[in-house]
Amino acid sequence: MTATMPHFVSKAPFAPEAVEAMSAAQERYYLASQWRLMWWKFKRHRLAVIAGVLLLASYGSTLVTELVAPYALGSRNTDFIFAPPQPIRLFHEGRLQTPFVYPLRYKLDMETLKRDYSEDRSRPQRLRFFCSGDKYRFWGLVEGRFHVICPPEGGTLFLFGTDRLGRDVLSRLVYGARISLTVGLIGIAVSFLLGISIGGMAGYFGGWIDACVQRVTEILRSLPVLPIWMALSAALPVTWSPVLVYFGITIILGLLDWPGLARAVRSKLLALREEDYALAARLMGARPSHIIRKHLLPNFMSHLIASATLSIPGMILGETALSFLGLGLRPPITSWGVMLAEAQNIEAVALYPWLLWPMVPVIVIVLAFNFFGDGLRDAADPYH
Amino acid sequence: MISFLLRRLATMVLTLLVISVLVFAIIQLPEGDYLSTYIADLEAQGESVDPAKIEALRQRYGLDRPLYEQYGVWVLGLAQGDLGYSFEHDKPVSDVVGDRLWLSLILNLITVMFVYVVSFPIGVYSATNKYSIADYGFTLVGFLGIAIPNFLLALIMLYFANVWFGTSIGGLMDPKFIDEPWSWAKLLSVLEHLWVPVLVIGLSGTAGMIRRLRANLLDELNKQYVVTGRAKGLPEGRLLRKYPLRMALNPFISDIGSLLPEIVSGSVIVSAVMSLPTTGPMLLDSLQSQDMYLAGSFLMFLALLTVVGMFLSDVLLAVLDPRIRLEGGVRR
Repeated sequence: MTATMPHFVSKAPFAPEAVEAMSAAQERYYLASQWRLMWWKFKRHRLAVIAGVLLLASYGSTLVTELVAPYALGSRNTDFIFAPPQPIRLFHEGRLQTPFVYPLRYKLDMETLKRDYSEDRSRPQRLRFFCSGDKYRFWGLVEGRFHVICPPEGGTLFLFGTDRLGRDVLSRLVYGARISLTVGLIGIAVSFLLGISIGGMAGYFGGWIDACVQRVTEILRSLPVLPIWMALSAALPVTWSPVLVYFGITIILGLLDWPGLARAVRSKLLALREEDYALAARLMGARPSHIIRKHLLPNFMSHLIASATLSIPGMILGETALSFLGLGLRPPITSWGVMLAEAQNIEAVALYPWLLWPMVPVIVIVLAFNFFGDGLRDAADPYH
Repeated sequence: MISFLLRRLATMVLTLLVISVLVFAIIQLPEGDYLSTYIADLEAQGESVDPAKIEALRQRYGLDRPLYEQYGVWVLGLAQGDLGYSFEHDKPVSDVVGDRLWLSLILNLITVMFVYVVSFPIGVYSATNKYSIADYGFTLVGFLGIAIPNFLLALIMLYFANVWFGTSIGGLMDPKFIDEPWSWAKLLSVLEHLWVPVLVIGLSGTAGMIRRLRANLLDELNKQYVVTGRAKGLPEGRLLRKYPLRMALNPFISDIGSLLPEIVSGSVIVSAVMSLPTTGPMLLDSLQSQDMYLAGSFLMFLALLTVVGMFLSDVLLAVLDPRIRLEGGVRR
């Protein structure tokens, strides 16, 4: 240890900003807010983005249902009962045309009593777009006649066929979306409210409150949900108006869903309430509800939203199942489950398979919510 | 182990008690009781109702007593195997129910076994052959299984059976065995008819199980002890069997906590769609006609299925995993 290192001091002036200066890209990344980071991460999840766009379009359509559906909700075509789907065609006798359909000819098969429809290939009927058709009340308020697509003059347009009352299946699907899709949203709002407040209390106060909530959630989670849903919706008074029944069903759907959320909230809060900033807030005299809302909840809000998204499809399916069994929504309300209830008679379905159409949107929406929620969950923690 | 068992048994009984209160509250929810609906029906048909007779009926069924007494009578009866009285069928519930409870039990039991037997090899294969063609195939089937709700699947099956074979696949046994006493031939016939509902009810559960087992096993396979074992020259099969598989098995078994309620729920609606002679269709009827004791005993029975099933899985888990047995806590 005899040799000493020469002592070196740089004479150059020291500028900390210059050393720590970030490139533009770095700066953009490091200074981005949490939500922006989540958005970037979410965008990388191709399937989730597609699912998100699909969901946005579906929910968007519920705002303008009346304009999208070719027929009004109540319109019945008594001449066309159980008419098969009419395909949109582009070629008439080998030549390209604007979109048209062939009119349907009706004949009763006297042997099987089956309704036989055939296309009249000689008369193409041109579809009308941005046109005036069936009269409706927009959101039940404003009268209107404007449709994006209408049946041809004097003709019919049953893209998905008609049902036993001669109602257009496609139009009913579009109207049903308004009910079926919103059921999940209201249900999840109820369950979110319950889950956050009950789980929040359990996690923050601990002790006997926590023990009680834990037991209750365990019991609720061990119950088979559907029979309880069935029993609860059977208990809704028959005298209620359809709108009341709708809200009753959504609340029932939300009532049994909160335990999962409450557990998530509780376990997060248990960890977070020991953090220094929570202690600081407490020492400064903040009330528990304030601390939970302002300091703790924002920490895991994104997770909650992701898991909520994943439980919406369960509610949509719940409503469909209940209405299908005849315990949920009842006509005149039109939802996908109500429509499927008419497909219960399997002999009828074998003759008129287009009655099963409502299955398709149900499955597509459930899948979309699953992919979207998966993407959200991955994106919810952008720092990993 | 014994103290663990006792503690677990005590919580189970307590849980069942709470559930019984809940179920009783639910079946009491509809306004009025079966008799008032009955009277309204009679009056609607223009028949006169003798108030004395109604009062007698009311007393006979204990409908005039306060709620907590009614509850007490009901629960004590349940505990002794007396399921109460069905108003609609005018018979004791146990006579109305007949074989339905047993058939439900068999259906659910076989479905659970089906889920485990099918998902275990597929899950292990998918994890050990990650990103192979078969793995992608199973993932796809899994997504379909999750997305297609079981009652729609039942409807699709009924539809295709009707279109392709022109037969109905509803029912749980050959028509000639209905109302026959149990025999081997009848049991065989039940087993022959069982596979369609089992498949329909079990598909989504199987899909979920495969996904979770695959994820758990993949987590384990990435751990360092696996690398060490492989570096020491353990053959792959033995390496897999000795540690990672056993570690991944734990959550696989405890997942029954979420699987069982799902299967029981599924069996109710699928039975209603396929009109199986199990609890499903009759529960639906009893709910619609406000036959409260019938509905109540079905609800209790379904809850009993899941609660007892979870108890058994906890015991199994405790046998498998000493950590649970010794700490006494139950991991979910």
